[in-house]
Amino acid sequence: MDMTFAEKILAKYSDLKEVVPGQIVTVQPDHLLTHDNTAAIIQKIIPEIDKYGIYSKSLPIIVLDHVIPASSEKTAKNHKIIRNFVRKNEIKNFFDIGYGICHQLVVEKGLALPGQIILGSDSHTCSYGAIGAFSSGIDRTEAASLLLTGETWLKVPNSINMNLTGKLNPGVYSKDVILHIIGDISSSGANYCSVEFHGDVGNFSIDDRFTVTNMGIEMGAKNSIFFCDNVSRKYLNNIGIKDSSYCPIYADKDSFYFKKYEYNLNDISPVVACPHTVDNVKSVSDVTDIEIQQCLIGTCTNGRLSDLKIAANILRGKKINPNVRLLILPASKDVFEKALNFGIIETIVKSGGVILPPGCGPCLGAHQGVLAPGEKCISTSNRNFKGRMGCKEAEIYLASPATVAASSLYGKITDPREVLKK
Amino acid sequence: MNIWTYGDNIDTDMLFPGKYVYTCSVAEEIIPHLLEDLDPSFSKNVKEGDIIIAGKNFGCGSSREQPVIGLKAVGVKAVIAKSFARIFYRAAINQGLILIECPKAVDYFSKEKNIEIYMDSGKIIVGDKYYSFPKLPEQINAIRNAGGLLEYTRQKLKNR
Repeated sequence: MDMTFAEKILAKYSDLKEVVPGQIVTVQPDHLLTHDNTAAIIQKIIPEIDKYGIYSKSLPIIVLDHVIPASSEKTAKNHKIIRNFVRKNEIKNFFDIGYGICHQLVVEKGLALPGQIILGSDSHTCSYGAIGAFSSGIDRTEAASLLLTGETWLKVPNSINMNLTGKLNPGVYSKDVILHIIGDISSSGANYCSVEFHGDVGNFSIDDRFTVTNMGIEMGAKNSIFFCDNVSRKYLNNIGIKDSSYCPIYADKDSFYFKKYEYNLNDISPVVACPHTVDNVKSVSDVTDIEIQQCLIGTCTNGRLSDLKIAANILRGKKINPNVRLLILPASKDVFEKALNFGIIETIVKSGGVILPPGCGPCLGAHQGVLAPGEKCISTSNRNFKGRMGCKEAEIYLASPATVAASSLYGKITDPREVLKK
Repeated sequence: MNIWTYGDNIDTDMLFPGKYVYTCSVAEEIIPHLLEDLDPSFSKNVKEGDIIIAGKNFGCGSSREQPVIGLKAVGVKAVIAKSFARIFYRAAINQGLILIECPKAVDYFSKEKNIEIYMDSGKIIVGDKYYSFPKLPEQINAIRNAGGLLEYTRQKLKNR
């Protein structure tokens, strides 16, 4: 029987010849990702950790990224609890503050490989489909259980086939593609499903793919996947991982898809997800002239080198609008260093951007750029929910780094093609 | 018993604002902020045995489990919705909170109608009509019946 990617990988990990959608299987993931929430996770199971120990030192990946540096005594205590736990249990993969956002690090450090399964107590764990892994978000309690047992159940999902054809026009980016798709199928359009991206994706870099798979959860997906190809192999080679150290999994040719969609990349234009749902997607030309007070470029969705480069190219030699704050969040220390070396940071700072440490920043509304009532922010992040940036009377618009950078120059939502033309 | 009704796409930030996620983890810290940005009256007036009725994609967004822990702790008997987001659905199983996916029952419900839930038979009565909802697979029900995932895991470790 021909199987989809999700069916094939879940069959492999549960030692079954084949599985069907709806079937419950038990799997042992290659890694378990947790972040600042590790403190709350381990506090659930202190007696069990003492008695049984953790399942394995190499299973967890722990990253301090959400509220860094600590913003209060409480968050500082959480960080301390985590550092002590890491030391005591000799956790192999721990990244303290400043290394970057957990999802970026998992891919950048080669901790997610094609054909692997990674689960994590963060909804954007679905990002690692960018590199050909099956990855999905779980809650804290399940992460606690996994720390002890190393295994959990998964329901075999239905699969959706997204076929992308053609080529993107100048000024249009993978962020526009995924927002366009979510606007089309709705924020629950892929609920419980595995989403496979097929077609003309050879022009999509790992950075581009990352933005797309990262937002899989914003259409309800269990996981999203780009299949391992020359682009993935080259990326992995560059970070020192040989072809022989992973075993990619591909969907079979005649597998059954619950739904199929076709998108012509030539037809996609810059878009903006308007408040307060990610599927409230409008063409940028329909929302120009909305005045904004904050612009954010970064996060696990769009804080990579290529994103910062796009922004710097738009900002070079210009000053941002005086009514705007432009916040920049490199996705990792590595991205930050490269952006420094290439002069990207200098360009952005000269134009008026404020650089925040590599981490989640204001995306979750806890610190570093919380909005005031009545303010509007255009952001490259992944959620525009009411209250997301700390204030329920503020508005968040989601767009590509180019659209956000262009908007920062004019103080209002701006079509990046207008700026790129000049 | 109160029945609280909400619309589509009730996200995790509405259920429990992100700004509290790294400072509030246990029920007593969570309850005062439950549904804070959606319905400030909820946490003050919710009572043991209350039911929530909502549209599609309830619980979409973050993997935070505080909304589930909070709803369970204040005694919400069940959330009945047209559909749920998957991490929220899993978290509810893990905390033993009952979620019922039944779009027809949600559509038929109106303020004056009574609701009765029969978990064993997978039936729900709304006013003068009854609807069936899919029951959880045996293996998953065992987690809920153990009193949640942590208790289930403790039993598993003990029996090893």
